Parts: sequence; C-alpha cells; structure tokens
Amino acid sequence: MGMTMTEKIMARHAGLESVKPGDLIEAEIDLMMGNDITAPISIKRLKDIGLTKLPYPEKFFLVLSHYAPSKDIASAAQIMISRSFAKEQQLQHYYAEGSGIEHVILPEEGWVLPGELIIGADSHSCTYGATGCYSTGIGSTDLAAAMATGRLWMQVPETYKFELTGARPQYIMGKDLILHIIGMLGGDGVLNQTMEYTGDALRTLPMEERLTMANMAIEAGAQNGIFPYDDVTEAYLNGRAKKEYTPVHSDPDAKYAKHFKIDISKIEPLVALPWSPENVRTVSEMSGETVDRVFIGSCTNARLSDLRTVASIIKGHKVACDTLIVPGSKQVYRDAMNEGLFEIFLEAGATISAPTCGACFGGFMGVLGPDEKCLSTSNRNFVGRMGHPTSKSFLANPAVAAATALTGVITHPKDVAGREVVTA
Amino acid sequence: MQFEGRTWRYGDDINTDVLIPARYLSTSDPVELAKHALEDLDPNFVKEVQVGDVIVGGKNFGCGSSREHAPIAIKEAGVSCVIASSFARIFFRNSINLGLPILECPEAVAHAEAGDVLRIDLAAGTIFNNTTGQTYQAAPFPEGVMKIIRAGGLMNSIKEEVQAREATYASAK
Repeated sequence: MGMTMTEKIMARHAGLESVKPGDLIEAEIDLMMGNDITAPISIKRLKDIGLTKLPYPEKFFLVLSHYAPSKDIASAAQIMISRSFAKEQQLQHYYAEGSGIEHVILPEEGWVLPGELIIGADSHSCTYGATGCYSTGIGSTDLAAAMATGRLWMQVPETYKFELTGARPQYIMGKDLILHIIGMLGGDGVLNQTMEYTGDALRTLPMEERLTMANMAIEAGAQNGIFPYDDVTEAYLNGRAKKEYTPVHSDPDAKYAKHFKIDISKIEPLVALPWSPENVRTVSEMSGETVDRVFIGSCTNARLSDLRTVASIIKGHKVACDTLIVPGSKQVYRDAMNEGLFEIFLEAGATISAPTCGACFGGFMGVLGPDEKCLSTSNRNFVGRMGHPTSKSFLANPAVAAATALTGVITHPKDVAGREVVTA
Repeated sequence: MQFEGRTWRYGDDINTDVLIPARYLSTSDPVELAKHALEDLDPNFVKEVQVGDVIVGGKNFGCGSSREHAPIAIKEAGVSCVIASSFARIFFRNSINLGLPILECPEAVAHAEAGDVLRIDLAAGTIFNNTTGQTYQAAPFPEGVMKIIRAGGLMNSIKEEVQAREATYASAK
C-alpha cells in the first residue's frame, strides 16, 4: 500500500517503514518554535522538572511576535522571560521584538524545508506545509516536551486530497482558494486530518500564495496543509534553504480519505463574514458593505508580494478609511521600503507599523472598538478576535483590502482599476 | 477519578478566542486568566461557576488558537471536565497534557441541558445525567493518551528521562 507525503514524513521521523492513519507514533522533531505568548509557559514547564540545558538548542526557534514590541508592562515582563531564556541557553535562533511574525520569517529565511517534521506553539504553524513539510500547531506543554526530548507523540492523520485545476483569474489569490475550501467544507471540514494539494493549477501558485493557503488549513480544522515539492518549491528554496533536505512525494497508490476537485477558474474574490472563516460570500455579494477601517497584515497576507499587490491598486489614490499596513517581517519591511512601496502607502494616507502580529489577534496596534467593522487580510474573525466582542472582521485577500481601503466599502478590485489618479 | 457538577451548555465551534480572549494573554498566571474565562461568550460564567462544574459543548470544541491559556483558564475556574461531540486537536492535546479531563460523547451532549447535574467516571468513560437519569459511554482514549493520563500529565511522563540527563551534566562538572 502506498503512502501520502504526510505518512512518509511521519514514518521517516518515527524510524518506521510505513505508517497508516490512526497509528500513534513517537516522532523526532526537526524544528520547534515558540513565541512570546506560548514560550513562557513552556519555559516554566521545563524549569519545573529541573531542566537546565536544552539538549537540542539548535532546533528551537523563539520569536517575539505577538505582544512585541511590548504593548504594556505585563507584556514587557512576559518578553523578559523569553529574552532571559534565550541568553541562558545561548539560543542561535532568537528573534527579538520587531523581527516580525514567525510564519513569515521562518519560510523567508529558508529554515522550513521539504520532508521535515515541524511543530510550533502557535496554531498557524501549519503555514510551513507550503514548502512540503509536515508542520502543525501544538500547545506550550507539547512544545516543552519536544524541547526536553527532541520528540513528540503524534497520531497519523488521514489525508484529504485537493486537486486544483484551471487558470487563475485576475485578483484571485491563495486567500480566495483557501476561503473557498473552508466555505465549502466548514470550520471542522478537515477536523484533525491533513490537506494535500495537487493539480495543474499549482503551477500558477507562487510560494507566497501557497503559504497563505497552508496558513489557513487550521481554519478548516486541519493539522497541516501540505504542498508537493515541485519547480516552484525548488526555485523558492534555491539559495535560501539553510540545510540539505530530502523531499517526499505521495505514492500513486496512496490512500486518500477524501478527494475534492476544484476548478479555480470559476472562483471569484471572496470575503469571510463574522464570526467564522467558514462564513464565506463573494465580494460582489457583499459589495457596498461599509467598513470603518482596513488592516493589511498577519501571517496570512503580509509578505512582499501582498504589499506589492496593495501598492499596485492604491498607487496614486487616497484611502477613504483608516488603513493600517503591517509588513510581516523586518526583511519584508526593508524590501517594501527599498522598492518605494512605503512612499505609495504614505502618499495614499495609510499607516505603516513595525512588524508584529498585533492587530490580527486583538493584541495591540489596531485593536477594534465596539461595533467597529474592519476588512482584514488576516485569518480569523471569531467573536472578539480583533478587539471588542461586538466588533466585526471581514476577511479577504490583499487586493480586495486595497480596493476597500480606497472606497470605505467592500469593493471588488476591478471596480477601482480604472480610477483616475488623484495624487502625483 | 469521579466528578459531579452542574452543566454549562454551549454550542458548536467554541473557539479559544472566546474561552480566553487574547487581550488577557499578556500573562500566563492561571488565577488572572480564570477571571476572564468565556467572558465574551457568557459573562455570567465566571460569576457563577462552581468547583466541579462541567462544560458541555458541540462539535469542534476548542478550535482556533493553540493558546494553552484556554484550558488553563477553565481548569483554574473550577471546571472538572469538558464534554463535547468532537474536539479540535490542539485543545484536546493541551487538556490531556495539563490534566484537564475531557470526554468525547455526542450522545451525552445531545441530551444535556444547562444546569443538568452530571456524574462522570473518567476511568470508565461513563457520564451519568442525574437530572434525566440517563447514562452515556464516551469514546475511549487511545493507548498513547492513556499513558500520559496515567503518568499525571505529559511533563511527568518525561521527567525521569530529563532528570537522568541532568544528572550526567552534574557529574560531568
């Protein structure tokens, strides 16, 4: 019996010839990640059992991303726990506040690689599956156990296959494809299983779009969203990969629990309404719905390509509502600045902040007030997610966010494409 | 392990953002977190919850963020057990790792109403609804999960290995 990519990665890391869905394995972990919110609990767990030295410090990545730069005294105190642990353990992979969002940084720097088994104490750690690894979110105690032993128990998930075909229409981004799937299957449509992408349409999906799609696997309940290793992956990793890697490929006779075929040429720009990413409508259906502000950022859509898309739409125009743009990492920040995107954003009246998760999780820097409505490029719109429990977040791709910023109402990007330029 | 408590009945897809809103994540102190458990969904919960009470939810309980602050907050608030039709994996693992009892049992969920008194035998996986007189059987845990429960949580299950290694560091000095 053949195996899927996920099964092969799990077998390889458990030292087994083969595994099947439902098997419990003890897996060697290649890379483990914690952030300023989740790592302090892991650090406490480790101290509680008397650990003084990490056995595999080179595998641990600590990223201060959520309440960083520190929002207040409590979050500063929390950051100090991570900082002092990084010093004590002489961590090589410590990302101080202002570095950005872990799920933007790690792929960008070439740390997450095909065939690897990765865990992160952040639910969007599934993002890394875009490069062909199995990567999943876990909690702080799981992270602590992996930090202490290099291993973690896992149950082999079933694999759902998503075969994407057809040409990608203008303005359709990875965000629309994953929203389409979540809308179709629901927030628990792939509960505790894994999503594997395949099909001709993948050729038209650059790594940035794949990262967006893998990022939101968790919003369908999935543990991971994995992409095959192909020319796009190879080109992305060329000169970027920090280590040698050995990709895996699903066998032709691998067993899939479910198989979905999606013609992406039929998909329109989409928006997820409160209070769940599964609550999906077309942008055209929601056209004219007013918003009070636009947020462009988060581990879903804050990469350079996203910011270029935004700039291409708002260049020469003025925003009609408060528009906050938060580059996902220091590198994205620098590149966007060097390319002149900041000038376009500032000229349009938008605000740019240092890289942080901030507004996406209602942490700081762009928190929503009572009944306030925000069009956001982030990944979740649960009750209270971005601020007050009565605030409302609408999730969409960066092109829709840019178009909406120009009008103050939910807008299809094609509707602002021919606008007369109002600024120099 | 046996528990008895009143039911707090919630619906499907109870996510970790409502179990503990992110605005309180600048601390990991259980006592502070417990003060805000479920406040965006049910402001009465923290005011009225009693030690031993049971949370009963529908499908996909604990979906969303990986924040362990969610099971920490409800455990510290006094909740003895969470029963749901299905659990999101990260919440499931976090709860087992922390020693917050959870049971998957769609039948018990379907017939439980707010305020029902439930008696739970965790080892047997049985849920007795005192109010209706019905008994339900929860899905058994996989063996790997039972091992962690028997050890008293995940950190306890690896403690010996870690302390043996620490001893070699000490003797090498």
